[in-house]
Amino acid sequence: MGEVKLFRTWSSPFALRVVWALKLKGVEYETIYEDLANKSSSLLEYNPVHKKVPVLLHNGIPICESLVILEYIDETWNEGVRFLPKDPLARATARFWAKFNDEQVFPSFFRYFMRQGEDQEKAKEKVLENLKFVEEHLKGKKFFDGEVFGFLDLVFGWLVCYPGVINKAINLKLLDEQMFPNLCTWMEQFGDVPVIKETWPDEEALIHKFHKMREGLGIYIYTKLRYEAS
Amino acid sequence: MAGDKVKLLGFWGSPFALRVEWALRLKGVEYEYVEEDLSNKSPMLLQYNPLYKKVPVLVHNGKPIMESLVIIEYIDETWKNRPLLPIDPFERATSRFWAKFVDDKFVPLIIKMSSSTREQKDKVAEEAREVLKTLESSLNQNKPFYGGKILGFMDIAVAWIGIWAPMLEKIIDIKLLDEEYMPLLNTWFRDVLEVLVIKECIPPLDKLLAHYKDYYDRFMATKSN
Repeated sequence: MGEVKLFRTWSSPFALRVVWALKLKGVEYETIYEDLANKSSSLLEYNPVHKKVPVLLHNGIPICESLVILEYIDETWNEGVRFLPKDPLARATARFWAKFNDEQVFPSFFRYFMRQGEDQEKAKEKVLENLKFVEEHLKGKKFFDGEVFGFLDLVFGWLVCYPGVINKAINLKLLDEQMFPNLCTWMEQFGDVPVIKETWPDEEALIHKFHKMREGLGIYIYTKLRYEAS
Repeated sequence: MAGDKVKLLGFWGSPFALRVEWALRLKGVEYEYVEEDLSNKSPMLLQYNPLYKKVPVLVHNGKPIMESLVIIEYIDETWKNRPLLPIDPFERATSRFWAKFVDDKFVPLIIKMSSSTREQKDKVAEEAREVLKTLESSLNQNKPFYGGKILGFMDIAVAWIGIWAPMLEKIIDIKLLDEEYMPLLNTWFRDVLEVLVIKECIPPLDKLLAHYKDYYDRFMATKSN
């Protein structure tokens, strides 16, 4: 159904959810890796507003913002597997929690990762508080939408990889099995899905990257609301 | 849909509750409006929205839906008459992108501006104007409404700026929605806000001005102590 290109970085969790979406739909696409310290003129042309990845290019037309891209992919390749549920209330619930992830859970996790000392302790409280809401939402469900995985699993999927790798990198444990039994079970099950399992960025490279990100922490880095992969 | 029970928990001075009302009215949905006192939130609000404890909340047959843009899409998908979002996936993505852009970029600046000192406000206002200029650049000169001849999702998602920006200009003494630099935005907001169904639920502007001025004056008083 036309030519598809994905502008991404190798490590961005937001780009990864688009990769999963395309692969799960069986869409053939070309990957263009971006170096965000040296953005290509194409990226700046296709995403002049945010200048960020991921950007999906479909028949030469760009779509930006990963949640918008996920819905676009779901609506465009609409035969076979659908990510969002059919029922309007279930769809609204999924969109609400997706927003909660992108606006609260992920940024709070990023802040926790990038702070030190007392600030890190405070940041930890916030991310745990956010995760407890997610834990409660998962109660009695195999995946976020029920028996089959979908949109919200793609959105929260970063939890399966990044906190664990960060723990390996800097010994910062977050997802305790006792505190988050539902989340931990979900992580195992979703992490077992072949498309998910086969597409994680290289762990060693991620560990190295996380070390580098924290290297400059002589002074505080105040994160913006939106995560920018660097 | 016969037998539907629709309730909207809102605050009269909230642009987010207002845009949900616009969606309901465009669809011809009958609803009960419940005014929340945000300084004394009702047990009902806290029960329906424990995560954010905010308005608006739409309650449809006892089930709550939160976050105004999520609510508007829910309304669009539940009451299928008079579609708000376009049919084409790319046009839908475009509407969602720009609505998100405004909420993510413009709203925090408005909030920041309302609690900025005199020295900071000009800088924040400049950033807010840049956001509006970017939105201006996305507009097509030839269409009265975002999607064309009929009001849709983007119009009701964003037109609140046509009310709030002039009001903030008066209160904070800054320029936001320059007619000179943003002629398309100005025309667009004027056209949307003239539509009867939209116009008839805009709160009284003098009351809105007094409310926000009071909030701003109290903030400035704490800053000068």
